[in-house]
Amino acid sequence: MKLCIKNGRVLDPASGLDKTACVNIEDGIIKSIGEAETADETIDAAGKLVLPGLIDLHVHFREPGREDQETIAGGCRIAAKSGYTSVVTMPNTNPPIDNQALVKFIKHEAEKSGLLNIFPAAAVSKGMKGEEISEMGELHTAGAVAFTDDGKPVSSSILMRRALEYSRMFDVPIMAHEEDHLLVDSGVINEGKVSASLGLRGIPNAAEEVMIARDVIIAGLSKGRLHVQHISSGGSVEIIRNAKKRGVKVTCETAPHYFSLTDEVVREKLALAKMNPPLRTEDDRIKIIEGLKDGTIDAIATDHAPHLMNEKRQEIEFAPNGIIGLETAVPLMITKLVKENGLSYNEVFAKVTCNPAKIIKIKKGEIKPGYDADIVIIDPEKKVIINDDFVASNCKNTPFMGAELFGSVECTILSGRITYKA
Amino acid sequence: MTKNALVLFESMTLKRKDLLDISSLSHDEIIYIFEAAKIFKKVFTETNKKFSFLSGRTVCMLFIEPSTRTRLSFEIAAKRLSADVISVAPSTSSLVKGESLIDTVKTLEAMKTGFIIMRHPVSLAPDFLSRNCEAHVINGGDGNHAHPTQALLDGFSVYERTGSLKGLKVAIVGDIKHSRVARSGIELFTKMGSEVVLCGPPTLLPDDFSLYGIEMTFDLDSILPKLDVVNMLRIQLERQKGSLFPSIREYNKYFSLTKDRLKKCRKDVIVMHPGPINRGIEIDDFVADCENAIIEEQVTNGIAVRMAVFSLLCGKTLEDINKEK
Ligand SMILES: [Zn+2]
Repeated sequence: MKLCIKNGRVLDPASGLDKTACVNIEDGIIKSIGEAETADETIDAAGKLVLPGLIDLHVHFREPGREDQETIAGGCRIAAKSGYTSVVTMPNTNPPIDNQALVKFIKHEAEKSGLLNIFPAAAVSKGMKGEEISEMGELHTAGAVAFTDDGKPVSSSILMRRALEYSRMFDVPIMAHEEDHLLVDSGVINEGKVSASLGLRGIPNAAEEVMIARDVIIAGLSKGRLHVQHISSGGSVEIIRNAKKRGVKVTCETAPHYFSLTDEVVREKLALAKMNPPLRTEDDRIKIIEGLKDGTIDAIATDHAPHLMNEKRQEIEFAPNGIIGLETAVPLMITKLVKENGLSYNEVFAKVTCNPAKIIKIKKGEIKPGYDADIVIIDPEKKVIINDDFVASNCKNTPFMGAELFGSVECTILSGRITYKA
Repeated sequence: MTKNALVLFESMTLKRKDLLDISSLSHDEIIYIFEAAKIFKKVFTETNKKFSFLSGRTVCMLFIEPSTRTRLSFEIAAKRLSADVISVAPSTSSLVKGESLIDTVKTLEAMKTGFIIMRHPVSLAPDFLSRNCEAHVINGGDGNHAHPTQALLDGFSVYERTGSLKGLKVAIVGDIKHSRVARSGIELFTKMGSEVVLCGPPTLLPDDFSLYGIEMTFDLDSILPKLDVVNMLRIQLERQKGSLFPSIREYNKYFSLTKDRLKKCRKDVIVMHPGPINRGIEIDDFVADCENAIIEEQVTNGIAVRMAVFSLLCGKTLEDINKEK
């Protein structure tokens, strides 16, 4: 089976390639980039971007436990529609992913759907209780690519030390959701001007920053690989920039909402703009973009978190944290980073292709002969309107509802097979 | 004011469905509410007359957080306007937590409730409610966010004495962080041209208010001689457990309005308190009962202001009120 993607603007962030060319695929593998070869099927990509299939380091598909919000099969469909070919699922399901059987179950469900590669993250502590480290070796063998108790922090500094030490045997990252619960102190939104005027309890930047500061120091001590999840504050960027300079093995991700929105939107969107960590100020937003530009922030991950509208349609204090993120990711990256802030396509898409691939050590995220033919075709000038029709997720909990953005995913290809076509 | 402007003003009404906070009101609308309250106060204190403005309409008291004073005040105001009043209290409903709020609202809508007065322990609940119903929503206090009718009655209480709030120096003292009275008060007095100064211990005084250009101090004694109005907030005694202040004794030492402190104030300083008072804690007996304190007056004014808010929200004008008085 031969497939040829013709005349697109081929971008490969890993090598910096940016030229109009044809991508020839044979039996699910990229064969060559250049002149078109004879093929069984051709796709005309003229005027469009041809990129490595996107990789998301942070999604919540709710199976097992909350299949009413999202299933693995459903999540795979949404991811494919959004241009993704690989994702890392978070283990905070019910029960949490802390044993081999569950890791295999998730991989199996994804294989059944045939739409997406799932690389599960497993719990860093048994039962996500924050007490003892999980059986990392067994979990890694079963297919876990990272360990995290995402949804909550590893509050115990000694557990974090042990996890960062022990994980060195397998060279896997510990992904850390950073928040000091005592400083969060039942806060609801960012602590600042908006929380002061709305009388909502605030979550200070410090709640995130003190934990990141702690963990980069522990990472230095233990020599493990730390990956900091969903950073939202300008101070966090600074701490990580510094740690990287000192040679600490640390990487990090931010989410599209942190470079797109500020806490001001809470006034209008209420619970739909509630997530953890919270939307911060314009100053933080600018510093996040600077961190993306200078490479301090390695990856953009969506933290895709489906919640039923019924759950969001209540008082902001009672509503759950989180928004869906897969479907709005490409439009936000193109609109906010490329068009509004002048980053190049390769700079931006490195954060969702080769960089995350490196973090979880998979041979993906590049358009290069010999690599899996995971590819996405994007029309960067086509406008999308984020509305009920556009959002195919079962859950529509997004503060971007109503937004008009640039960048439409036209086609997603997984191992040479089309998994989505607009 | 020219004659024409006055006529215009006379027939002005509040062009909004809800009263959720002070920030959405304009300076002129606030004056208009004060002027309407003036008329209602006179009629209310001097006669037994009922107005007909809410006749045939149902006012629902949706008090998810219990409150006697505010509920009574709204209830009396509504009844003086001939409304039918029903109450939904947490003890009589399943609404102790928020899960079923949206369903309760649908039920109230189906019953053709004209007004919903909501008091709720979490911020922005009335905002959420108003987006999901046709009825007029009046915020009776939500979380730490807003208590607009309290701010209006506080403002009115000063306005009827001074004729204007412009240029007045108004202190709000105590637990600013957890106070909806403070937040609405700041907005109202600032909007009306007063100069607001906030005073309390740093743990109860969010720095972020300085981003709005509001003066803040930890030193009550230093500001007393300059004040026209001092609004003492009620301190929640359980805050001490969260290490927000070390002891009542120490709080008292720095932030209580005592007889000695009153002596440092101007002779005509107006002392306010939203009630209920913790006597001897934020304010001592002497001050609570002195001539400068208008604490009971505030209660009476609360009814007048709420009558004004009801009437103006349902489209009545000063002209209508004057006609019926
Ligand atoms: Zn998280």
